[in-house]
Amino acid sequence: MANEVDKKEIVEKHRHRLYKYLREEVLPTAFCPGCGCGIVLNCFAHAVDELQIDPKDMVAVTGIGCSSWIPSPYLLVDTLHTTHGRPIPFATGVKVANPDKTVVVIAGDGDLIGIGGNHLIHAARRNIDIKVFLVNNLIYGMTGGQVAPTTPSGIPTATSPYGNLEHPFEIAELVAAAGATYVTRWTTYHVFPLMESMQKALTKKGFSFIEIRSPCPTSYGRKIDQKRGSDTMLEYKESSVRIQDAAKMSSEELNGKIIIGKFVDKDKDEFTDNLRKLNQKVRNEKIGRDPEEWSLS
Amino acid sequence: MRNKNNIDSEYLNRFAGRSYFMQGDEAIAYGSLYAGCDFFAGYPITPASEIAEVMAAELPHVDGYYIQMEDELASLSAVIGAVWGGAKGMTATSGPGFSLMQENIGYALMTETPCVIVNVQRSGPSTGQATKPAQGDVMQARWGTHGDHEIIALSPNSVQECFELGIEAFNLAEEYRTPVIILMDGEVGHMREKITMPLLDTLNIRERRLAEDDELIFGGELIPPMAEFGQGRFIHITGSTHKETGIRDVETQETHEILVSRLCKKIKDNQDKISRYEEIYMEDAEVVVISYGATSRPAKGAILRARNEGKKIGMLRLVTIWPFPEHKLTELGNEVKKIIVPEMNLGQLSREIERFVNCEVISVPKIGGIAHTIDEIYSAIIKEV
Amino acid sequence: MIEIDEELCKGCEICVDFCPLKVFEISQKINSRGYYPPVSVNEDVCVGCRLCELMCPEFSIIIINE
Repeated sequence: MANEVDKKEIVEKHRHRLYKYLREEVLPTAFCPGCGCGIVLNCFAHAVDELQIDPKDMVAVTGIGCSSWIPSPYLLVDTLHTTHGRPIPFATGVKVANPDKTVVVIAGDGDLIGIGGNHLIHAARRNIDIKVFLVNNLIYGMTGGQVAPTTPSGIPTATSPYGNLEHPFEIAELVAAAGATYVTRWTTYHVFPLMESMQKALTKKGFSFIEIRSPCPTSYGRKIDQKRGSDTMLEYKESSVRIQDAAKMSSEELNGKIIIGKFVDKDKDEFTDNLRKLNQKVRNEKIGRDPEEWSLS
Repeated sequence: MRNKNNIDSEYLNRFAGRSYFMQGDEAIAYGSLYAGCDFFAGYPITPASEIAEVMAAELPHVDGYYIQMEDELASLSAVIGAVWGGAKGMTATSGPGFSLMQENIGYALMTETPCVIVNVQRSGPSTGQATKPAQGDVMQARWGTHGDHEIIALSPNSVQECFELGIEAFNLAEEYRTPVIILMDGEVGHMREKITMPLLDTLNIRERRLAEDDELIFGGELIPPMAEFGQGRFIHITGSTHKETGIRDVETQETHEILVSRLCKKIKDNQDKISRYEEIYMEDAEVVVISYGATSRPAKGAILRARNEGKKIGMLRLVTIWPFPEHKLTELGNEVKKIIVPEMNLGQLSREIERFVNCEVISVPKIGGIAHTIDEIYSAIIKEV
Repeated sequence: MIEIDEELCKGCEICVDFCPLKVFEISQKINSRGYYPPVSVNEDVCVGCRLCELMCPEFSIIIINE
């Protein structure tokens, strides 16, 4: 065992390993104790570090909500913090203008499938090479716990005080149906597969999507007797069913379960590639308006 | 992303020195291409779809990109994202789409993102008369988005001017690091006239000023330099109130005051420089017609007729609607007896004029999708002289 | 070796609950922000799986595998 002095040196050397990806001046994070956002940030920093992606080659785009704080301001990369629900179209513009950068969207369920739902399915349809990590805490957390398109039926929330009358989206399935080429669902309990999935998403070309179930003890967990983030994560551990196993189960057996794993991993032509190919073709073939024919004089 | 190896000038110069018969919408598109626009994201809407159609056809030739987004909110979002990626970006829409874009216009203002938004105004409110022109978005262009802000809005009245203002809008956007609105009306957008396209190097195209070294991009001077992704600066751009570094600070009162005041000052301090107008027979005018866009054409016809009869009438045609030429108007209000304002709305600019002049302001509104005729404006004028 | 930054910790107890070898317990020591950080009471049984390091929402735990 190293003595005290050596220990300090070792720790100093190791402390920087992940801090190089964080804006240290704004730490500690503003997240509540037990919030899953910090876990997602942690997994993401680990994933980027293991892949040795240069932060200069990344752009993080985010919306409005607690999980939007994961990149903004905590990640030390070029960061674009946009209007509520719109990180995906902003990211589309960023990616088209900077096709060589890894463009990542990290935001919440209210932002990406609520107000921003339309953009999510269109980007999946387009198969544009952006990586979207949707942090799903089943509630509008930042504004105090109003019912969300992801809140399970019957749950009392700030705006469904008598119980939620609606049904939630199955987001991973929806995005898969929209045409995404890589879709997984994990939880903040499943940190190792989550991190690996992030690595796959970061390196695969095409619209890559991860739905990450994440605890919100303050605005959601409290309402369902899961006062600590840890309690919600225990539920993740106990209620998760791998997709391979879920395929053999009935819908009754799957009631209340979280299906985790890989939904889609396929290849399709990518949007910005197609744009570039079009430009080359058009310029090589010189199709276009002929001023001779078109002009008056 | 910017195309720096002159493919665009090679392609565009093929059009130079010749005349064409085209719509105002098309002319705006070509003007934008000449200004170096290499990104257009939009959504179809009458009467602006032609702008998107020309951009879709022509952008590949200049190695630019056209994306048809799923709605107007996404359109301006993508433009802003691309601009921070280094592009010169624009979008085009009409009233209903312009309403949808207001939040992101506020975002562009707050983050000082240079971009161009064309609003080819049609008869509203709501779906209104989709295929008929109007000038009903004048106040919306000024105040459509929430919070304190200033805006630049241009109003062309001819197809040639559409081309020129297409370029001017991009130049103003870069100079003042702000979104610029081209507030056309459907009349000018869809009418066809002869235009000439010049050689690219006869034009003054303003390039983006990028920050060097440690220069701040959200403060430090009245109009800070910009930055782009991928420079290793790890920039932080947010629509929240932010410090000069770009990092959010919503707690301190001074931060917000300093930021928002500077954003407004950028335009207000330069309003005389930005403001453009055309004066016709103003030297001895006792009564003045103030008009803009499509209305200025019959208005000119009306004042020429009145002049022929010896009436001392002049016309001030606004090319920039916002910032409003406050000083010019204050001066004018002391010099003339009456100001007549024909508009294709129920009197939006006339209200603004009233704020600055002591003389009588007579609004001559016309709504319903048909422009004023020379006779109508002439009758309105002749009563007052 | 397990290094815990007690000042960053927010006492969420995730490391205590999920360490497969029950290395951690909540300490009785309150930090300057009012939270009770964990303490490793069973460091000898730690195999360096790094689950706690990856799961900690505050980057408070560093595992050094020598």
